Amino acid sequence: MSAPLKVDRISCRYENESAVNHASFDIEPGDLACLLGPSGCGKTTVLRAIAGFQPLIDGAIYLDNQCISSPANIVAPEHRNMGMVFQDHALFPHLNVERNVAAGLFRRSDSDRRRIVGEMLERVGLQNQMHKYPHELSGGQQQRVALARALAPSPELLLMDEPFSNLDGDLRERLGQEVRELLKDIGATCVMVTHDQQDAFTFGDVVGVMREGHIEQWDKPYDLYHEPTSLFVAKFIGDGVFIEGTIASATEVKSELGLLRGDLVTDLPVGTPVDILVRPDDIIHDDHSTQTARIVKRSFRGESYLYTLVLPSGSKVLSLVPSHHSHAIGEDLGIKMEIDHLVVYPRIKP
Amino acid sequence: MAIASSSNTEQAQYRFSSALINSADPWRIGTVVIALLAILPVFAILWLAFFPTENIWPHLVKTSLPRYLQNTIVLMLGVGTSVFATGVSTAYLVSNYEFPFRRMFEWLLLLPLAFPAYVVAYLYTDLLEFAGPVQQGLRTLFGWQLASDYWFPNVRSMGGAVMLMGLVLYPYVYLLARSSFIEQSPNLSAVSRLSGRSPFKTFMFVSLPIARPAIAIGVALALMETLNDFGTVDFFSVHTLTAGIYDVWLNMGNLGGAAQIASVMLTFVVLLLSLEYVGRRRQRFYQSAGRFSNKQRKQLVGRSKWLAIFVCAAPVSLGFILPFLMLLKYAIQYFEQSWSPEFREYVFNSLYVSTTAAVVCATLAVVVCYGRRLHRSTSMIIAARIASVGYAVPGAVLAVGIVIPLASFDNAMDTFFRARFDISTGLMLTGTTFALIMTYVIRFLAISIGSVESSMSKISESVDMAARTLGYSASRTLGRFQLPLLKSGILTAALIVFVDTMKELPATLLLRPFNFETLSTHVYQFASDEMIEQSALGALCIVISGLLPVILLSKTISQSQSLASRA
Amino acid sequence: MKHPSALLLLTMVALGISTQNVLAQEVNVYSYRKPQLIKPMFEAFTAKTGVKVNAVFAQKGMLERLKSEGRNSPADLVFTTDIGRLSDFKNAALTQSVQSDIINAQVPDNLRDPDNHWFGLTSRARIIVAAKDRVADGEITTYEDLADPEWNGRVCTRSGKHAYNVALISMMMAVHGDEKAETWLNGVKSNLARKPEGNDRGQVKAIKEGVCDLAVINHYYMFQMISDKEQKPWADAVRVIFPNQQDRGTHMNISGMAMARYAPNPDNARMLMEFLASDQAQGMYAEVNGEYPVKQSIVLTGYLQSLGAFKRDNLALDKVATNRAEASKMVDRVAYNE
Repeated sequence: MSAPLKVDRISCRYENESAVNHASFDIEPGDLACLLGPSGCGKTTVLRAIAGFQPLIDGAIYLDNQCISSPANIVAPEHRNMGMVFQDHALFPHLNVERNVAAGLFRRSDSDRRRIVGEMLERVGLQNQMHKYPHELSGGQQQRVALARALAPSPELLLMDEPFSNLDGDLRERLGQEVRELLKDIGATCVMVTHDQQDAFTFGDVVGVMREGHIEQWDKPYDLYHEPTSLFVAKFIGDGVFIEGTIASATEVKSELGLLRGDLVTDLPVGTPVDILVRPDDIIHDDHSTQTARIVKRSFRGESYLYTLVLPSGSKVLSLVPSHHSHAIGEDLGIKMEIDHLVVYPRIKP
Repeated sequence: MAIASSSNTEQAQYRFSSALINSADPWRIGTVVIALLAILPVFAILWLAFFPTENIWPHLVKTSLPRYLQNTIVLMLGVGTSVFATGVSTAYLVSNYEFPFRRMFEWLLLLPLAFPAYVVAYLYTDLLEFAGPVQQGLRTLFGWQLASDYWFPNVRSMGGAVMLMGLVLYPYVYLLARSSFIEQSPNLSAVSRLSGRSPFKTFMFVSLPIARPAIAIGVALALMETLNDFGTVDFFSVHTLTAGIYDVWLNMGNLGGAAQIASVMLTFVVLLLSLEYVGRRRQRFYQSAGRFSNKQRKQLVGRSKWLAIFVCAAPVSLGFILPFLMLLKYAIQYFEQSWSPEFREYVFNSLYVSTTAAVVCATLAVVVCYGRRLHRSTSMIIAARIASVGYAVPGAVLAVGIVIPLASFDNAMDTFFRARFDISTGLMLTGTTFALIMTYVIRFLAISIGSVESSMSKISESVDMAARTLGYSASRTLGRFQLPLLKSGILTAALIVFVDTMKELPATLLLRPFNFETLSTHVYQFASDEMIEQSALGALCIVISGLLPVILLSKTISQSQSLASRA
Repeated sequence: MKHPSALLLLTMVALGISTQNVLAQEVNVYSYRKPQLIKPMFEAFTAKTGVKVNAVFAQKGMLERLKSEGRNSPADLVFTTDIGRLSDFKNAALTQSVQSDIINAQVPDNLRDPDNHWFGLTSRARIIVAAKDRVADGEITTYEDLADPEWNGRVCTRSGKHAYNVALISMMMAVHGDEKAETWLNGVKSNLARKPEGNDRGQVKAIKEGVCDLAVINHYYMFQMISDKEQKPWADAVRVIFPNQQDRGTHMNISGMAMARYAPNPDNARMLMEFLASDQAQGMYAEVNGEYPVKQSIVLTGYLQSLGAFKRDNLALDKVATNRAEASKMVDRVAYNE
């Protein structure tokens, strides 16, 4: 069965650069975790370290409470019982689908192997493609075979390195959801690495935002979005702008858009200048509102418009409005603040 | 999961305790040992150079060394330019344009590889010298009598050497440039053409620079061969550093002096190896993961068509067809004389050492390349580089460098066994085919490493990682998942070593055991007495055996093209 | 494949060892002489005594090989084509003294080592050949003449570094002293019609082609050329001149033999040496190769007879040998080969 994974303040070097810097997180059995971050943040290195391909210069990794990686010792990858899926699927080009999936089952009996392969392929919906070769399959099909191959030996942990990056939009989301369902069904534990927020949010139970080798915040997607703990995460996740404000009390902030009150509890002294995170969904369209802002840009999103609005002070905010309200650029739009999650950061003196 | 078992957790304890990655794993050890063996002769030479019995370095520097240097540099520049021009132009034509016989030219252009340079040198001298048919014809035509009556370029000169070596060595550049051109995405040149550049400019500013790393490697290889050559430069009285080594060592009896010249040559060696290294580094980024799209070749018409045919036909005719026909003629003429039981023995000997060397080289190359792939540390990269050093060291120098350590080993063993067990083990390694084959292996390991590495680098690392996570150890990953995909690289490696060993001369002359003649030593013997006609049969055999691998090479290339394009 | 490297090493060693020959009644020869030239003698020896002769013919690196093989060297005898190499072997302590009255009786004193380490077997005269139609009889009579400006652009020789020429230069040094010898060499160099290339026969060919008018060669090449259909015209185009008949005589070199210091089959080796010094063998050299036997009393026939008697330079070859290293350097200083 799957086992808990503990990554404890690991640091790694990759090609003479400090790629991972005291990264830590814990994963419970059955969790689908995501490492999210811009390229170069070290997420792939962390994955490689978990798999056993990357030596550590500090910290340790524990699987099922046993140390599998430390600066002194590394358990060889082939003994970790982990499965891995890659961005380029890495299917063995000279083997057909059936053989690819069976590749990790060489220690089983023939009958066992056949059964498992059959089951796995059914789960990914490719039982009719058994005798095809990788180059005869589409991108989505290839990734499914790769997934089946990785899962066939019942690994304790599944690792995925940008598995959907090579697929186009619609397929991506679909496959992401399918894979999630499959893994939940099996009860697998998974760590996925991606640079795409949408992938992470669709897929992950818990997401870690990485930056420069370090994990900024490790949280449920919802919390990341609505309660980012650092400026970086706030900027990285979702759309949003910052407007200036001042602390009015322990639970209130004064701003251009009025006195804001949400679920904020802060111990910053009254009068501290802060930046307030304002998401597009925090500003709603209200024709009856006295507060207006001028539309300077709009972006059609299908079911909504994303308006860029200018406040009287000159600050810009974003607002996501259902698209049956169509307003033109230059119009004044009535707006109302509806901030449930009030997130502020002390303003950094330039 | 379907197979849930508590036994997994039980096993976990045992599993992890015995499964630690050993830094002393066989691949790493193997690579290091190979590297040490390869560099042993170089150390022996350097040792000799710095501690000679009679130091003639001051004399050398004052008199002959500057000339040797100059001649070597001129020769290398000349050959480098020649192989570049020939190799690149033919490769480009054959990959990008359609014209009559193009398919045939693709593999025909490889043929000169089968010819040893010195054989071609002797044949062309035969053809172009005063008494040869060309000058005879001219004299009859114009009524000249003596050499002093007219001017005809002297083949036995620096110019002749440059041209002939260029003729025989351009396939290295051709081969590599061609792979590069073929792999280039047609989109690149499409973009260039759309922005207004003519085909020629597109070639100069897009295709050529991208192929530069591959071309650099090809030129480096050709120049290493040039540096090594003794037969041609000796015959043509072009006094290069190699000739200097032979001279100082054999005519002046000063091995230390020879080792000193050899050390100077090592700087050239280092330069060439760096050139090749840089080329291979860049190549990694320039290679488009082996996706060969079906290239649209442009059909040539009219003058361009004929020009293309001419440009491709010239090197093939001059570098192979003409010399081959000459050899054929002499072989038939002198067949009875040449076909003796001794001759059959020479053939067997040549085949034996060449095949053994090829197999050993290919195996060791796989060890080194895989070792480097597994442990991506600077020390392993250096070890792999060191293992390649032998290629650039001239055969004769390598031979001396080998005899000394091997003989010391033999003598030490003998002394030991004599003292302990009162048995004389005698010479176990020196003077046997072991020494000879070891020299070949050290000398040609570079090219097999290069070929295997080039194939291995086309296999994405994720395939390795996938196999490992599925439970295959490093060794099994190599066996089950890499070797099938490396077949063409390994075959290429083995074939080229086979051909090179068949042609090899200087080291063979020095290291062969008693009564062990190979085809190459046999040909050299006769040719240097200007009796090449009698040994033409032998030369023909060398060339024919050199042909088969060359043709297979060509087939392998087109096969792997189609396999990779499907992947 | 558990341990590829170990398996490999074993295979290689096995392969190597398998080619070792360990039989009785044989003698091992390391020879600089070309196989065609010496095989007939060996075959005659085997026919007479039943002892098999194993020969390694190598033009390069013989000395080094012997040196590194040391005590375990299988070499019994060493054959060379000139005095220089013979003395090199002795100086490298790779030879041993052979006391044999038979051999001493066959080889004159000045053509063998005072310590009996090496023995000449044949001698060869370094002669000048001249284009019959372009050089008058008596126009050139000495080695020294070769440096005369009148021969400017008319002389061909093989590489100055070749042992035969080095011996010649060594002789000039012994006779005239280093300085004068270097002046002479410079003079010869400026008279060269082309950069030295090819072997001795190639020079005669060049005369035939009109490239030059004079060449310096070993006498027996004339003999060999006459017997070859293609090369006969070259020989016919030149006249043979034995230089310095009016003073010290023509420079002679030798091909010779020495017994290796650690010879495993010394008795067989000695037998072979005595055979090669015998009248029979010496006669064979004369017949087969056109070289002069060292034993003066052997009657000459055929071509050698037609060349007639000539005065030989009796300089002890020892002296020639000691100048070798300097002579070689002199060739470098003068840039003779460029």
